Parts: sequence; C-alpha cells; structure tokens
Amino acid sequence: MTLLAIERMKLFTTRSPWWCMFAALLLTVGLGVLYAATAPAEFTVVGATQSGGQLGMMVFMVLAALAVTTEYRFGTIRATFQAVPNRTAVMLAKSTVVAALAFVIGEIAAFLAWGVSYLITGGEALVLDAGHEWRNVAGLGLVYAGAALYALAVGMLVRQSAGAISLVIVWALLVESLVGLLPRVGDDIFDWMPFAAANRFLQGGGPQTPMTSQMPEAPIGPWASLVYFLAVGVALLVVALITVRKRDA
Amino acid sequence: MIEAVGLTKRYGSKLAVDDLSFTVKPGKVTGFLGPNGAGKSTTMRMMLGLDRPTAGKVLIDGKHYTELKNPLRTLGALVDAKWVHPNRSAYAHLKWMARSNGIPTKRVDEVLDIVGLSEVARRRAGGFSLGMSQRLGIATALLGDPKILMFDEPVNGLDPEGIHWIRRFMQRLAAEGRTVLVSSHLLSEMAQTAEELVVVGRGKLIAQCSTQEFVESSSSTSVKVRSPQADQLGEVLTSNGFSVTRENQQERDTLLVPDGAIEQVGELAAKYDCVLHELTAQRASLEEAFMQITGQEVEFSTGKSGEEASGSPGEAPVAAEK
Repeated sequence: MTLLAIERMKLFTTRSPWWCMFAALLLTVGLGVLYAATAPAEFTVVGATQSGGQLGMMVFMVLAALAVTTEYRFGTIRATFQAVPNRTAVMLAKSTVVAALAFVIGEIAAFLAWGVSYLITGGEALVLDAGHEWRNVAGLGLVYAGAALYALAVGMLVRQSAGAISLVIVWALLVESLVGLLPRVGDDIFDWMPFAAANRFLQGGGPQTPMTSQMPEAPIGPWASLVYFLAVGVALLVVALITVRKRDA
Repeated sequence: MIEAVGLTKRYGSKLAVDDLSFTVKPGKVTGFLGPNGAGKSTTMRMMLGLDRPTAGKVLIDGKHYTELKNPLRTLGALVDAKWVHPNRSAYAHLKWMARSNGIPTKRVDEVLDIVGLSEVARRRAGGFSLGMSQRLGIATALLGDPKILMFDEPVNGLDPEGIHWIRRFMQRLAAEGRTVLVSSHLLSEMAQTAEELVVVGRGKLIAQCSTQEFVESSSSTSVKVRSPQADQLGEVLTSNGFSVTRENQQERDTLLVPDGAIEQVGELAAKYDCVLHELTAQRASLEEAFMQITGQEVEFSTGKSGEEASGSPGEAPVAAEK
C-alpha cells in the first residue's frame, strides 16, 4: 500500500501527467462530440461518440511511458531503488497506479463524450440500450488501462522517452495496419494484433453499421479479444519486470 | 560498518572494479580516494544494490543492501545530487523518499533545516544551483537518520563556505559514532576531512590505512632553505654530503635539500655564517604521495605528473578531468 501511495505521489508531483490527462480527456471528448454532432444521421450511433478514443489512448500511452522513462532520464530510478530495493514491487506498484488512472480517465472521457453528444443531438440513436453499446462506451477505460500496460512495459525496456513513445505509437497507429496490408497472410495476422483486438472489443459484436461494416470477420469475439489484448500486455510487462530486475539500475 | 569482499565489476572487457576488499569502521570519517575513473562510484552503486557485482559482495552491517528493511534508515547516501526530477519540489522529493521508508513527514522539515534549504523547499529542484542540489542530496542521505553515511564527491560545486560546512558536518556525524565514507579525487580535500583512507586506482585497492600513515609511508621530507648567500650555502651543503636542488631558476635564493633535516641544515648555516631567510621542513603533499604510490594506476594520465608545486595545499586534482 505504501508503494502505491508513493507512486501516486511521484506521478502527481510533476506536471507532465496533468497535461497528458487533460489532453487525453479533451481529445476523446472533443473529437467524439464533434463527430457525433456533425455526422449524417445514419452515422450517429453510440460508436461514433467514441471516435476520439484512440487518440486519447495514444496520449495516455505517452503518459504511461513517461512515468517510467523520466525516472531513468533524471536518475530518480536510482533514488527509487535505493529507497526500495525490491524493484519488482516498485514497478508493479507504478504499473497499478498508472493503469488505474488510465481506467478512471478512460471511463470519464468515454461517458463525457457520449453524454455531451447525447445532449447535443438529442437522438434516440444514442440511448445506451444494447450490450454492445455499453461495451462501446464503458469499455474504453479497460482499453486505456491495457494500453497503459504496453507503454509501461516498453518504457521499462527502452528506458528512453523518445524511443519508447515512438515505438508504442508507431506500433499502435501504423505497424498493425501495415501488417494487415500484407498479401494473403495479412488479414490473419492482423486479427491477432493486440490493438486491433482492443478495437474489436470496443466496436465489434453489434449489428452491422456503417461504422463496423468495414471490419473483417474476427476469429474470436469481443470479450475474448479484450482478454487477449490484456494478456499480451501483461506478458510484455512480465518480460519488462524481469529485465528491470536483472539489469544495473 | 561496511565490508567489501572481493568486489569485482566488469563492463564488457573493461574491469571497473577489480577484487576490491576493505572495511569502513564506525566513528571515523573514511576517505575513499582515487583518481577519476578509478571505480569509486561503481563501488558505491554496488554498495546500494544498484549495480550487481560480477563477483564478490559488499555487506552493510553484515547484510546485503537489498536485504535491509527500510534501507534509508540504515544507510544514507549521496551518490549523485542530480537524481531528482527537475519539476518536482525538494519537499515533494523528500516526502516520497520518507514515506517509502516509514519515516515521519516532520523529519523532512528537519533535514531541510539542517542543510539550509527550508526557504526554497517548495521550488522546483530543476532550478537549483549545483550547490543547492548537493545540499538536497545531503538532506536525502540524512533523511532516515542512518548509522552509515556515504557521500560521493560531496564538495563538488559547493562554495568555500559550503565546503567548510560539509567538512565539519561529516566530522560531527563520525563523532556521533556513525560510519562515514566520503569519496573524492582531491587528496588535499581528504587530508582535511578523513582520518582513514581507502585508496583505489584502476579498480584495485592500493592502500587502506590512516591518512597520516599514507603520507608518511610514501614520501620523504625535504628541507627548503632561502638565503641571500644561496650559492655559498649550496657549496657548503654539497661538501657535507647533502644533495641540493633548486626549486626553480627564478628564485635564485631558494634551495631544496632532499633527505635533509632542518637541524643539520641550520647548524651548517650557522657554522659558515650564512644568513637564512627561511628554513622549513617540507612534507610531500598527498598529491605527491598519491602519484608515487599509484604511478601508472592513473587511468587518464596527463603525462606531466610533476606539475604541482611541492607542498602546495591547492586543490589540484591528481588526474586530468575527463
């Protein structure tokens, strides 16, 4: 518990996390509302209010990566390990705090985006009355938390802000889609790409809409996709924790 | 008490610390002395469990650092004053450190007061001068009121007043019965602070002894004599079996008599009616002692080792800065 409190203190006593949280909220809510308010009626579905979700997630991944890499950048990681030699416990506490924060911010952002859109359009279409619609909104926090784990793990492995941030963002935004473009095998590999799975959890499983119709048929359902997404994130984190333990600080 | 046993650290093909064994006892300031790149900081990082030794071990009161419960309460260390997030305030930095080891928050105000940073405690640490950072690092070391303290180059960046303060401070900590280990590449600094020395060069132990022994064992005394009749005196001394050298060509009236004693030189001068303006015994400085003992152990040698004036109490580093 002490470790969680310390990591919380460390996170909130610098400025960049506040900016990142603010930006993540603004992007998720702002883009979602803009989209929902301006899109033609047949596109005004619950999923549309979450259009900013992915961008907000990127910003949160930046926060998560920075939470680790700034410690290496400024050497505070040594002060940390000096105070608490159990490195695994420290890094687990940090991951828990950041992931929990990601979850909370994700939920707030998603419901704000949905709520404001609902008030502006006043549309029946935005009422949350189906399972997939709830998943669409309430699921965002879970995806944020999962994405934070990826960024934390990469941060621990790379230890360098610019490197870690480019790696997670280029992966999530570019590499996965490019893999999908490979001839013949591309689609099959794409189905097992973690962020594609996260997206399937959020957007998939509902009735065909203009939003989801381009998505290919998936081998596993939305909830299994979430489990897969989180499991890969946890596995990456375990590798990172072992590396941190072995390495000289 | 700190015990290093066969401590070895290898980075690739480079042996940074080579089979180092020494003990640091309580109640004294022990100087950890060596030129830049001798492996002092690496050794200190291994003491803190930050770097893993390739071989050997270092024990803090009989335990590995990583086995200590609330380690800040046993060993306080200043290894690098820059280990602070620049956007975090000094107060916030100390507060989380204190919290992590179950140290009451009011101790944060105490240590800030001890090092004289109370007024700037809420300012971001990134804006601190080197001297202020150094004081914050010392505050961090003191936080857990530990029995063992370790400072890596603590006087770096401090002004004369700060240097004086930290010397006194370390001696007071040792007088309270604590174990104090201070590293430095400045021998003159150590001469004024440390009672015991652990001397390293290129990762190897060169000597562990008292500061006085270190100087005595490694240097001979010589006599400096200044006289308006220097030439005459020189002849007298030579004919009495002393070797005489001139310190430099500008000071024609100054002679150096290695292996001489002031009594003998004074008596000879009186016997042959030579006027003396100065007669002093010169003890080789720590710098010279170090150069003699370490010889080729200096990693970054400047190639002009005899540069320092003998006996100079100046803060000349023993090896070129990187």
